[in-house]
Amino acid sequence: MNGKPKLALLAACVATPVLAAGVAMDDQSQLTPKPAATANSTRFQPPREDDLPDNAFGKLVREGHAIFVDTQTHAAEYVGNGMNCTNCHLEQGRKADSAPLWAAYPMYPAYRKKNDKVNSYTERMQGCFQFSMNGKAPPAEGRVINALAAYSYWLATGAPTGKELPGRAYPSIAQPKGGYDIARGKVVYAQNCAICHGENGEGQKAAGHYVFPPLWGKDSFNWGAGMHRINTAAAFIKENMPLGKGGTLSDDDAWHVAAFMNSHERPQDPRLVDGSIDKTRERYHANDGVNLYGVRVDGVLLGQGTN
Amino acid sequence: MLDSVVLRAMPLAVLVALAAGPAGAADGEKVFHEGGADPAALACVTCHGAQAQGLGAAGFPALAGTPAAYLAKQIADFRSGARMNPVMQPIATALSDAEVSAVAASLAAMPGPTVKEAGRADAAVGAGAKLALRGAWDRNVPECVACHGPGGVGVGASFPPLAGQSSEYLSAQLDAWRQGTRKNDPQALMGHIARALSDDEVRAVSEYFAGLGQWRVPQ
Ligand code: HEC
Ligand code: HEC
Ligand code: HEC
Ligand code: HEC
Repeated sequence: MNGKPKLALLAACVATPVLAAGVAMDDQSQLTPKPAATANSTRFQPPREDDLPDNAFGKLVREGHAIFVDTQTHAAEYVGNGMNCTNCHLEQGRKADSAPLWAAYPMYPAYRKKNDKVNSYTERMQGCFQFSMNGKAPPAEGRVINALAAYSYWLATGAPTGKELPGRAYPSIAQPKGGYDIARGKVVYAQNCAICHGENGEGQKAAGHYVFPPLWGKDSFNWGAGMHRINTAAAFIKENMPLGKGGTLSDDDAWHVAAFMNSHERPQDPRLVDGSIDKTRERYHANDGVNLYGVRVDGVLLGQGTN
Repeated sequence: MLDSVVLRAMPLAVLVALAAGPAGAADGEKVFHEGGADPAALACVTCHGAQAQGLGAAGFPALAGTPAAYLAKQIADFRSGARMNPVMQPIATALSDAEVSAVAASLAAMPGPTVKEAGRADAAVGAGAKLALRGAWDRNVPECVACHGPGGVGVGASFPPLAGQSSEYLSAQLDAWRQGTRKNDPQALMGHIARALSDDEVRAVSEYFAGLGQWRVPQ
């Protein structure tokens, strides 16, 4: 077991958070930011799908895989937007530097300073359902969580417990010297992203399901999700976007376009305190990386939600 | 779930309407059956089939039910040389702009194939299915269906359908990118993928997608 808190670091001066009703893991603050591991560093290799045993365990793992890549179909009752887990955890949760499950699983349970408690892997996944998927937490002992845990456990076969592996999370990138620029981000977006995610970030569907996930608006992740932080989104985008061409945007452009994306409305933070954007900002957003929740952009207050 | 089918032609009505707009002058059906005003603009039906379902063995692609904007872009790319092909380039050049818009709209309105629904959750048995549903991320190759849609039905005007094309045509296109005779992919999204594949993989993934589309008339 890892004794020392390796996660959340921006905690410092927040008052002890009161868990909002129904939110399993209110702390969605970022993992310890770190630069990309060097190219030649040896990476953990998760097991191959072909090596999955053909028994009850294998079946549960396959079910977890199915939920992870097609959450819309296989865990529909817990999803409130158009997303699938794999939209942000690429290569079915395997890709290094894309918050892979094999690097996550062995790091839990973990103490997080921000909510001052030890959080389980189940609570971490429940948090993703409530924020990234804008839905509700599946029961801890239910089929969905059991299957996802089995899939993660299997991917982490042979990984050391409690030891941070290279490739965990998304490698952080430095903020532009002059700060981020939303107007520049808009140009970067039109040139590099709109072909897939749509001119207005609405995504694109085929056969009734999103193929290109929405980046903002009612079907996207909500204001409580980790991706709403510009720094986290910039790191994700730099590493993974445009799809198949990760690493081609400059660090600055990744920041600009992340800021552009996250300067749009999306579903409300389910931890909303007393119906007040100000109070919610103060409690959950003021010290959570770089974000625009409760901030005015072009005269419009962000954080109003989409309903 | 595997057995259920989706019609790829359905969401395209909007695009058809858009593309048909300024082209009222030319008759798309006529161009398809008889060719354009310039005799070098040969009748499409000869090669692309009576219902534009393609001629598999010859490598002539299906065009029916494909978004008009995608078809028009391909013709523009044949004209500019961004996409090279000795058969299609002279035809593309001989068509007038109005004929291109009209025939593209007519083709898009023709019924496409029925496509087997194949999602990312399905088991991936064989090299073709693996590329299609899991990708080859060690080479930066995403799942084909992440861009071409479930079962390769196509997404919007920029990501063409793969299901319903013959394996001959699909592998010829992948080879064209590998050989540098097709360089027309927007933002260079597709070329690096084709170049990362081995000959065996090109064959396997082409056969995989060819097997997912079904035409009412033989190809
Ligand atoms: C909108 C994007 C998005 C979606 C969709 C999403 N996640 Fe996440 N996930 C993130 C981000 C961002 C983080 C935090 C990474 C950080 O802080 O650097 C994260 C973290 C995690 C972690 C912890 C990683 C670690 O190393 O500690 C797990 C486990 C996880 N997600 C599982 C899931 C599951 C299961 C689903 C689907 C139910 C899901 N995620 C959907 C964006 C997403
Ligand atoms: C070729 C199509 C394509 C392009 C271009 C592209 N994306 Fe994506 N993007 C995707 C797909 C597909 C996913 C989901 C990945 C998956 O499910 O495997 C995704 C996922 C995302 C996500 C996480 C999921 C979500 O909806 O929040 C973000 C953020 C994102 N893209 C931002 C961008 C930005 C910014 C750009 C431009 C720099 C961009 N993308 C360019 C296809 C694309
Ligand atoms: C003599 C045979 C022939 C005729 C006639 C012909 N084509 Fe083609 N067409 C081809 C071949 C061969 C290809 C594949 C070219 C390649 O491999 O790049 C093709 C490809 C195309 C494509 C690209 C399809 C895709 O999926 O990218 C379009 C669009 C097209 N033809 C439109 C037309 C139209 C419109 C006409 C009638 C005005 C026409 N063709 C007449 C042989 C023909
Ligand atoms: C990142 C997005 C993306 C991914 C992933 C992708 N493609 Fe494509 N593909 C494209 C685009 C864009 C085009 C259209 C290029 C153009 O405008 O001519 C295309 C076109 C094609 C064509 C030509 C179709 C025609 O009608 O001429 C084939 C064949 C093809 N892709 C096969 C594949 C295969 C096989 C895979 C998986 C190994 C794959 N693609 C993955 C973006 C993608």
